[in-house]
Amino acid sequence: MFTPSHFTAVLLFATFASVVFGITQRSAPRAMVKYGLYCWVLFVGSVIAASWLMFIIRR
Amino acid sequence: MASKAQTPAPPQTQGFVYSALLLGWLVPGAGHLLTRHWIRALLIFVCITLMFILGIAMQAKVYTPGTGEPLDMLGFCADIGTGILYLVARVFSLGASTVQLVTADYGTKFVVVAGLLNFIAAVDAHNLRIGRKN
Repeated sequence: MFTPSHFTAVLLFATFASVVFGITQRSAPRAMVKYGLYCWVLFVGSVIAASWLMFIIRR
Repeated sequence: MASKAQTPAPPQTQGFVYSALLLGWLVPGAGHLLTRHWIRALLIFVCITLMFILGIAMQAKVYTPGTGEPLDMLGFCADIGTGILYLVARVFSLGASTVQLVTADYGTKFVVVAGLLNFIAAVDAHNLRIGRKN
């Protein structure tokens, strides 16, 4: 059984989803890579931001 | 003098038009393989299959039809997007019937999103096949 931490699960999820988003939402290979990276940063960045927000609210 | 607008001729698709859509739905990346986009096909296959396998390894709940619960029906609609992977999971009773662990909840989302991503990938393969996308 695979039991990743929440953050590991987020990293895996963001990576797989960003690759598929990049390929399907853009036509040129260079644009695919840029859009994939953009999505990955948004996925992971929003999770980190939400985590800090919840931490601050809880205090 | 009126000038004629130059419109590109629609690409000629041979065979069944929806073959990439159906093949891409059944096997992740197969639609792109049909349109000869090898690297895209490989990346889509690896990402969606790995996402599904990791979800199952996390004891994901695999949704079944006919439970009557609206959320379960939506989950089933998303899960079935993985095509043959979903059939394999059902035939071999992979995953769990109920979510009992935190990681099982993550896994359930992995399987659901793998299905939704495969729907997007299949539509993309269809667009490549009919020439709507390069």
